[in-house]
Amino acid sequence: MMLSRLAEQLYWHGRYIERAEGLARLINVNAHLNLDLPDRIAPGWETLVRISGNAALFTELHGADTSERNVTRFLIADERNPDSIRSALELARENLRAARDLLPREVWEQMNRLYLDTRERINGTLSKRRRHEALNELILGSQLISGMLMGTMSHDHVYDFILIGRHLERADVTTRIVDVRADDLLPEDVEELLPFESIQWMSVLKSLTGYQMYRRHVRLRVNGPDVLKFLLTDRLFPRSVMYCLETLEVFLADLPGEDDGALRSTLALKRRLDHTRTAPLRGPALAAFIDEVQIELADIGRQIAATWFLEE
Amino acid sequence: MDFNDYRSGAFHDELITASGRPRAAARVLWKYLKSLDRDELDERKAACEVAALVAGITFRVYFEDTGIDRAMPFDLIPRVIQKREWDRVAAGLQQRVRALNLFIDDLYNDQAIIHDGVVPAELIHGSVNFREQCRGFSPPLGIWAHVCGSDLVRDGDGTIYVLEDNLRIPSGVSYMLENRQVMKKVFPELFENSRIQPVDEYASQLFEMLASLSPRLAEHPGVVVLTPGAYNSAYFEHAYLAQQMGVELVEGRDLMVDDDDRVWMRTIGGLEPVDVIYRRIDDAFLDPEAFRPDSLLGVPGLMRAWRAGTVALANAPGAGVADDKVVYSWVPEIIRYYTGEAPLIANVPTFKCSDPDERAHVLAHLEELVVKPANESGGYGMLIGPRSTKKERAEFKRLIEADPRNYIAQPTLALSTCPTMVDGAVEPRHIDLRPFVLSGRQTWVTTGGLTRVAMKSGSLVVNSSQGGGSKDTWIIDTDRDQSNRKGGGA
Repeated sequence: MMLSRLAEQLYWHGRYIERAEGLARLINVNAHLNLDLPDRIAPGWETLVRISGNAALFTELHGADTSERNVTRFLIADERNPDSIRSALELARENLRAARDLLPREVWEQMNRLYLDTRERINGTLSKRRRHEALNELILGSQLISGMLMGTMSHDHVYDFILIGRHLERADVTTRIVDVRADDLLPEDVEELLPFESIQWMSVLKSLTGYQMYRRHVRLRVNGPDVLKFLLTDRLFPRSVMYCLETLEVFLADLPGEDDGALRSTLALKRRLDHTRTAPLRGPALAAFIDEVQIELADIGRQIAATWFLEE
Repeated sequence: MDFNDYRSGAFHDELITASGRPRAAARVLWKYLKSLDRDELDERKAACEVAALVAGITFRVYFEDTGIDRAMPFDLIPRVIQKREWDRVAAGLQQRVRALNLFIDDLYNDQAIIHDGVVPAELIHGSVNFREQCRGFSPPLGIWAHVCGSDLVRDGDGTIYVLEDNLRIPSGVSYMLENRQVMKKVFPELFENSRIQPVDEYASQLFEMLASLSPRLAEHPGVVVLTPGAYNSAYFEHAYLAQQMGVELVEGRDLMVDDDDRVWMRTIGGLEPVDVIYRRIDDAFLDPEAFRPDSLLGVPGLMRAWRAGTVALANAPGAGVADDKVVYSWVPEIIRYYTGEAPLIANVPTFKCSDPDERAHVLAHLEELVVKPANESGGYGMLIGPRSTKKERAEFKRLIEADPRNYIAQPTLALSTCPTMVDGAVEPRHIDLRPFVLSGRQTWVTTGGLTRVAMKSGSLVVNSSQGGGSKDTWIIDTDRDQSNRKGGGA
């Protein structure tokens, strides 16, 4: 027996901490791309604003000035942005507050530490080096909570809801990171740009800590179609969309109730990924496909809320 | 530890007599503390602090928005009471709470005590805690105040008085329980060698009492603790008690009342029935249908369900009618009226200005008395005689004569002291005591209670929100000690 309110809060804790971690990864990958590529084809920062889903708010605050400083500040430390890292961490913490007694004590303490330390680190103007450091610390801190849950917590419904939140958000983050790359329209047939193509996909993999796993399991030179396939449909890599869906499937099947809408939506999206030839997708076609996957992920979220949470 | 320079002056000290010797019940403790040198003492004090922190005894105080839990100051020297004396106090509390419950039930129904001319009708009309919504209703067993926390003080002459009764949602019992856990960890040898009565029965007694209120005959009645939420200052206690009883801790939005006036809790497996609610939300916020419509904390329809008898609320709404200052002044009469017995435990002597003789006394002794208005709380509108100016006294004379029914007066009390650790030395600090009384089919009193201590020298303010701390409270059976002693050693 578990209160719907607590289930909801644990789920949102999971989503927000994963969102903060995902944003940190997104910013890091974009920073790398900008360093690695010649200026004329470097992606700049405007893409991140679009992908974060808060473009209107950004324009309201900064107009068209998508400088690195403005964008990173907006995505990392701005309290006015409800999806900034700072806001997401705060919500991850607040959603854990009432449920803290259901978890090992260390988890609540680590959540507090992560929130307070990060807030301290991202305060004021950030040099590139300090920013990178702060984001890496945040990623590690979030991984530490994951590890604590996995290693010290009974895998009951409390655990289920946190993990459902984390995997749904993680799938979403991975699609957004692919999106960063999809947005960049390299002319396909320009021979001289090919080396950069490989660099870009390497950065994408690294941002998801997936480079080594890719090398071991795919065993191919890093190239767009295979990386895309790996990130969307690999069944072993824990940040691939397919892996997240399979995990969701296991947890959702474990929950009580007759309404299996969320489970059916998850299975449908899995089938869709299985039946789509992702490798040849590029540019606008890829962006459109990613959009559809994101819409279906949001639908799974809605079904979860309708089935197990407090109706408003 | 050195008690040679310890002097409590004019105040009654709970551990040490005026001649500097330990009281009977404190003898073992005193010897033990004296045997500790400074290092050993520091070590135990540090151990206390760590144990308290680990146990999570924290009183939530927000520093900006960091939400860091600040530990409530805990003093390692316990307050000691002889079991013989405590038994008398406990009997007095049981009698008092029984009478108060009968009084509340009467007020909302026949009002016999008013018709019989024992207390004046104004008593109700002037009370902000009288709830019209409760008229003509009597909860199961006729009990309204299921959990009562009465504040006791000891005056300079050694008499224990009831200073006030808290019949709404008294808090603090979790500190009593946790303080004992800490002391057992830090001073195990003392618990082996003296007869300290255990306190840990509280959670199971509370659960038994709550379960006994269930209107539904079920093997496992649905009991819940209703909290305003994680930001409430007593949230730690709500969570603690729910955990100790093994019941759900719910917020208003977790509950709903259906068209058949039944209360349900929303879970991931669907709706589950709720039979008994230990509510830690004020009356006014309990049900937006019946009280404040803007309350987001409560449960719409809860009063309906309660009056329909499908759910029990502890404490019952409206129970607070019996804990305002004017009602307090009538408690001795209330006890005599309903029980036919003389009160076993005293009220602080209280003058009712509505009585001509008592009024005359008050007016003649304003510089010695504390004058309190009937319907103010939080210390507003009071006259503290010994610290008042001539002008203030003249003003109060005028106020009292204009509206005598609105005022009571009490002598200024010399609260007792207890040795307390202050910067490595031991000094007297003023204390009070809050025992908790549970009323269901039986009436049950905690063994001792929560001793609160004013950590500042000379201060009489023991409230935790104002830097007050707490101590463990030991009820010690010295009679059994003596009859069981086989000679030699202490």
